[in-house]
Amino acid sequence: MIAEAGLAALWFAAALALLQVMLTALGLWRARSAAMGGVVMEGVAEQDRAATASARMASEILAAVRPIAVVQGVLVVLAMLLLIAVFVQTDTSVRLVVEDSSAAKPLIYKIAGAWGNHEGSMLLWVTILGLAGAAVALFERRLARPTLVATLGAQAAIALGFYAFLLFSSNPFARLFTAPSDGQGLNPLLQDPGLAFHPPTLYVGYVGISVAFSFAVGAMLTRDVGPAFARAMRPWVLGAWIFLTIGITAGSYWAYYELGWGGWWFWDPVENASLMPWLAATALLHSVTVLATRDGLRAWTIMLAVVAFSMSMVGTFLVRSGVLTSVHAFAIDPKRGSFILALLVIYIGGALALFGARVGTIRQGNTFEPVSREGALVVNNLLLSVILGIVLIGTLYPLVAAAFGTELSVGHPFFDSTAGPIALVLVALMAVGPLLRWRRDSAAAGLRRVAIPAAVTVIVLIVTLVLAPGIHVLPLIGLALAAGVAVASVAPLWGRDLRRTPLFTYGMVVAHLGIAVSLAGMASESAFNKETLVATRIGEPQHVGPYTVTLTGVRPVIGVNWSAVEGVLVARRGDGAPYVMRPQSRFFSTPPQITNESAIKTVLDGQLYTVLGNRDGDRWQLRLWWKPFVTLIWAGGALVAIGGALSLLGRLLRERRAARREAEA
Amino acid sequence: MKAKHQRLTLALLALAAVIGAAVLALSALKEQASFFYAPSDVKRDGLPLGRAVRLGGLVAPGSIKHLPDGISIRFVVTDAGGTASVPVTFSGIVPDLFRENSGVVAEGQFQPDGSFIATNLLAKHDANYKPPQLAGAMHKTESLEQ
Repeated sequence: MIAEAGLAALWFAAALALLQVMLTALGLWRARSAAMGGVVMEGVAEQDRAATASARMASEILAAVRPIAVVQGVLVVLAMLLLIAVFVQTDTSVRLVVEDSSAAKPLIYKIAGAWGNHEGSMLLWVTILGLAGAAVALFERRLARPTLVATLGAQAAIALGFYAFLLFSSNPFARLFTAPSDGQGLNPLLQDPGLAFHPPTLYVGYVGISVAFSFAVGAMLTRDVGPAFARAMRPWVLGAWIFLTIGITAGSYWAYYELGWGGWWFWDPVENASLMPWLAATALLHSVTVLATRDGLRAWTIMLAVVAFSMSMVGTFLVRSGVLTSVHAFAIDPKRGSFILALLVIYIGGALALFGARVGTIRQGNTFEPVSREGALVVNNLLLSVILGIVLIGTLYPLVAAAFGTELSVGHPFFDSTAGPIALVLVALMAVGPLLRWRRDSAAAGLRRVAIPAAVTVIVLIVTLVLAPGIHVLPLIGLALAAGVAVASVAPLWGRDLRRTPLFTYGMVVAHLGIAVSLAGMASESAFNKETLVATRIGEPQHVGPYTVTLTGVRPVIGVNWSAVEGVLVARRGDGAPYVMRPQSRFFSTPPQITNESAIKTVLDGQLYTVLGNRDGDRWQLRLWWKPFVTLIWAGGALVAIGGALSLLGRLLRERRAARREAEA
Repeated sequence: MKAKHQRLTLALLALAAVIGAAVLALSALKEQASFFYAPSDVKRDGLPLGRAVRLGGLVAPGSIKHLPDGISIRFVVTDAGGTASVPVTFSGIVPDLFRENSGVVAEGQFQPDGSFIATNLLAKHDANYKPPQLAGAMHKTESLEQ
């Protein structure tokens, strides 16, 4: 019965979303004809009357749409909870449970298993969307009413596509005619605590962007693009961006320790699918600030919202459509793939068409001089767009080539040589931008302010060249820039009363510092990484970087749903205390698969990374890496997310204070 | 700067950025994309030297040789039916599903003598995860069989 109740909840939620879209369309149409009537009547009094009529109409529609959006959210959350219940019970009459779960799995992976598959992950997406819709309906107070109605309508329209997809081609609650005694189990690679929370995090990011897009649609439909709209949209962009940052950082660390290849970014299409929305959201985040504070870049910001939404749809659907190579690409039938592509075309095409039709109605915002904060932010946006374009082309090119019968893959060499240098230019600009004034600044003053960071960059460049003469160009520039940018990112705090500096300024400082920290980690890892690949006898010492590693024994280990061969390694740095590490080669029986569990020792200046390979006679294969300062990559990512959170908190607090002051006055 | 001019400048800049990205990406793709080859492709079209490529096919039965260093192996990749074959050397930990007579995709470079040095091996995983390139290779070999 649980499965049927879930399906019913899903149908009701879909019906409410449809109702929401229709009410919005009706409301907008009536409001517009009322406004038209006002123009025809030509009297000032009549125009006013028409305007009041349209405002009243909006209020009436809003009064109806608000509860609909909330109930829709509740219903879809209910559906998700019921799916989780089915997984926790391991109800083997439900197809999805049989395909992706088994009774012997630990509870947390039974719960996570609910979204560790195609149908469940789509349901999770629409669940988060429903929750976001309810939140907008309940808490949004800044927007003009017609704009809010249009925003909620746009959200329901987005949700409707997902409901149709779930109900017509990906029913998560489908039953089997004959129930087997147990399920086939979850992909072992996905049985990891990090992975249980990775998809929900990214989805919150994707959904947040779609909410920002809904705001943009609302503002376009009611011709309300301006600072008020930007301030309403900004928290959603910031929030989405924070979650995307966390999702990407966590996903990168997961790939690093779980896949056992020692790399932290593979330019895998799926990684790109999460990077592209992040790039677009980063650009949007910066341009929405210009719109909110200076009322500039209006059409530009709307366009970025459209692009960011398109990228999050590409991220959501390409990953799930099965055309990409990855653990994320669940095997699905081609019919469903076509459904996904059709949805993708409708969403992105619709978004672009609406932008094309409405861009003429967006009035020109404030202008600015090229040398100014706005100017720097425009260059930031341009460079981010170029990187986004390159990543998009590199990701889609193999698909297009495959359609023409040529099979190829695009990886590290391509992205490193194209996106890499541009990203370095962007980071250099990041040092300059925050030191420029809004509206207009003098180039000479700007140069004076970046003198110290520039000097730091040059010094680090020279010192690195002296200490490590053979270093490659990109890591060299990366290290030097990271140092300069780290100094520059703190510079906006110089000479300020630290206690009176707003929280969002700290947010910017911390986020930019995080980028510098992350860049330092990437450059250090690629320049100074040491690798040893050997077949070793037990008791034979092996060397990697500053460490001596000895395999002292190999023993069998039994886990909840796996058995493993565990190598016992003793690692010692110089004369330091020995440290025991236990990399494993795990065998999962449902489904049958072997995974290499790396053992990692984190120290202040890097990580020792060990993988146990296969047996070769009386020897065991060992793969050892010494990765200096590699942890900075993810520490930087965490700093970026924390910076975003500070910024969001700062904005919300300031708005709250402003609202209170208004209420008192 | 007049408002209209600024808007036009920004639009042109954006256009230039997008076109620049496309030109840069497409020209780099010519150099950097790693193409997929089956042994028969090499036999027909000659060796693609000096660039990273992927070689896909079946691991020939009885061809896996472990080298004395304990970490390197040699094996032969063939099309099904054995119409063409390429000897491959690989140093590293082989994936768990790498075995004779099953599908493999090797990433690496061809050598002037016609052999292939692999830097990475992808073997056929469980039913849920199959790199499309591998699927393509299997498809090619299957159609050769018929």
